[in-house]
Amino acid sequence: MSVLVYTESENGKFKKTALEVASYAKAVASKLGTTVTAVTINAEDTSALATYGVDKVLNIFNTELDVFNAKSYASAIAQAAKQEDAKVVVVSQTADSKYLAPILAINLEAGYVSNVVETPSNTTPFTVKRTAFTNKAFNNTSINTDVKIIGLSNNAYGLVENTASATKEDFAPSLPTNGVKVESVDKASNKVSIADAEVVVSAGRGLKGPENWGMIEELADVLGAATACSKPVSDLGWRPHGEHVGQTGKPVASNLYIAIGISGAIQHLAGISASKVKVVVNTDPEAPFFKAADYGVVGDAFNVVPQLIEKLKAFKAANA
Amino acid sequence: MKILVCISHVPDTTSKINFTDGDTKFDTNGVQFVINPNDEFGLTRAMWFKEKQGASVDVVNVGGAETESTLRKALAIGADNAIRVNTEAKDGFQVAKELAKVVKDGGYDLVIAGRESIDYNGAMVPGMLAELTDANFVTNCISLEIDGTNVKAVREIDGGKETVATSLPLVIGGQKGLVEESDLRIPNMRGIMMARKKPLTVLDPSSATQETNSLSFEKPAPKGAVKLVDADNLDELINLLHNEAKVI
Ligand SMILES: Cc1cc2nc3c(=O)[nH]c(=O)nc-3n(C[C@H](O)[C@H](O)[C@H](O)COP(=O)(O)OP(=O)(O)OC[C@H]3O[C@@H](n4cnc5c(N)ncnc54)[C@H](O)[C@@H]3O)c2cc1C
Repeated sequence: MSVLVYTESENGKFKKTALEVASYAKAVASKLGTTVTAVTINAEDTSALATYGVDKVLNIFNTELDVFNAKSYASAIAQAAKQEDAKVVVVSQTADSKYLAPILAINLEAGYVSNVVETPSNTTPFTVKRTAFTNKAFNNTSINTDVKIIGLSNNAYGLVENTASATKEDFAPSLPTNGVKVESVDKASNKVSIADAEVVVSAGRGLKGPENWGMIEELADVLGAATACSKPVSDLGWRPHGEHVGQTGKPVASNLYIAIGISGAIQHLAGISASKVKVVVNTDPEAPFFKAADYGVVGDAFNVVPQLIEKLKAFKAANA
Repeated sequence: MKILVCISHVPDTTSKINFTDGDTKFDTNGVQFVINPNDEFGLTRAMWFKEKQGASVDVVNVGGAETESTLRKALAIGADNAIRVNTEAKDGFQVAKELAKVVKDGGYDLVIAGRESIDYNGAMVPGMLAELTDANFVTNCISLEIDGTNVKAVREIDGGKETVATSLPLVIGGQKGLVEESDLRIPNMRGIMMARKKPLTVLDPSSATQETNSLSFEKPAPKGAVKLVDADNLDELINLLHNEAKVI
């Protein structure tokens, strides 16, 4: 019996969430008095896992798994869970892990709870806290099955160091026949994604038109941030759909979320409220976003943003 | 092509979220229910297949009688038949099991669900359903083209998108992009009149049981007041973000 954690990588490198789910798996294993086994797929260097409490690493190397495939990955992880006799399986909530988790749940006949934000409050019944109603509430949920799957919300637990041995073993699962083939991936390699970003700079209809996004991109650049937008901005075609955040767009759980010219409609706030610190820049002091923000500037974006860029550049130069 | 669109009956996005019965039940008092937004994009795409390529479109919900108004709305938008599996499902797994039975009995080629419901946000029903029915599965789907049994779909990934080739039978987790916002249909008078006469079949549930139990709900702790920084004093904002919030 152990806790199995799927530590995701991309092009051989761990994703930001990998060490977070490992940290969390260690906390769950401590509660259960057991060890942590991590399963990796085509990860080049797994040494970091020892720093985050992993006792054993199962490395899968298979060129057929170079491109993510939900069914094949779920099957591989399920086989690892069976070999380890894992009673708890932890995955992140990246787009890929959210895709594979329900398939894994059926493979393992395991109850799956998504969007979990804390370590289990109880082990019998096994109870976890998850977000529901798009961050407007928490739901305490128990899992009744023998094997349990936890989907840990990104950035909900953070990194916790725990030195462990992390012995390594190769693992060679058999792969299922697969009816979904990836033909092409379209991803800007030089840009940080909204899911991975520590900082997200988001702008709304207050920016007046797509031609004004230069300063938003520049601000994001200075901060190493991802860019995002409100729903009408993507509906109007000012920005690509992939940038739409909120209840019906992408969720945001960054450390810092900066909203510029966004009113703060309930559907927008629901999707971004998991961010730790929120800053709003808006001309209207009555804009609802000020009720949800930690810091606010009442002012014109066309005046505030260029100044902020200059000041941040100076700040970075001084703190470099 | 036989299409089944899964319709989740959810509180309108502006609803106040409160709980009753010792914080164990969602308080539906004064709440208006709608078709789950992610499902609405899928339903509209299904109507496109029906009109342009020839297909039948059924809609299904697993739930109590109160969800029939939402199913009628889907019929008014243009679905042919509605099915309601009469049970208050306790979790996503139980919903997926009930839907799997409907899919197998009905011989559907394509099932379009939403990537997640906006109330429970489980994001698990479509994937479980695909696995239970041995169908291919694509979630976060933002484009879907079908030619015979060959399918080309686009999935939104973190930081981009991915184009996949697959085939029927297929389950989709849909979202905005499957059709544009401006393509969504509002039921017109004729549609509403016709929907009254369309079949709405109520099925008894199978013996599927849940794997998880919802024990209680909590609301997030109230937020402290915003700290306002003068637009002429942005150094102070940087100072706060650096020294107080420690995020830059
Ligand atoms: C079913 C449903 C789902 C939805 N889902 C989402 C969702 O997922 N995400 C989402 O974002 N929205 C969503 N919405 C839309 C939401 O209700 C709002 O309409 C939307 O968020 C408003 O976008 P906005 O803040 O950019 O625009 P507006 O509401 O028009 O606000 C613009 C703001 O900019 C400010 N402003 C104007 N000029 C300036 C300036 N020069 N400098 C600074 N500030 C300025 C204004 O004071 C105003 O507050 C949804 C709506 C529905 C019905």
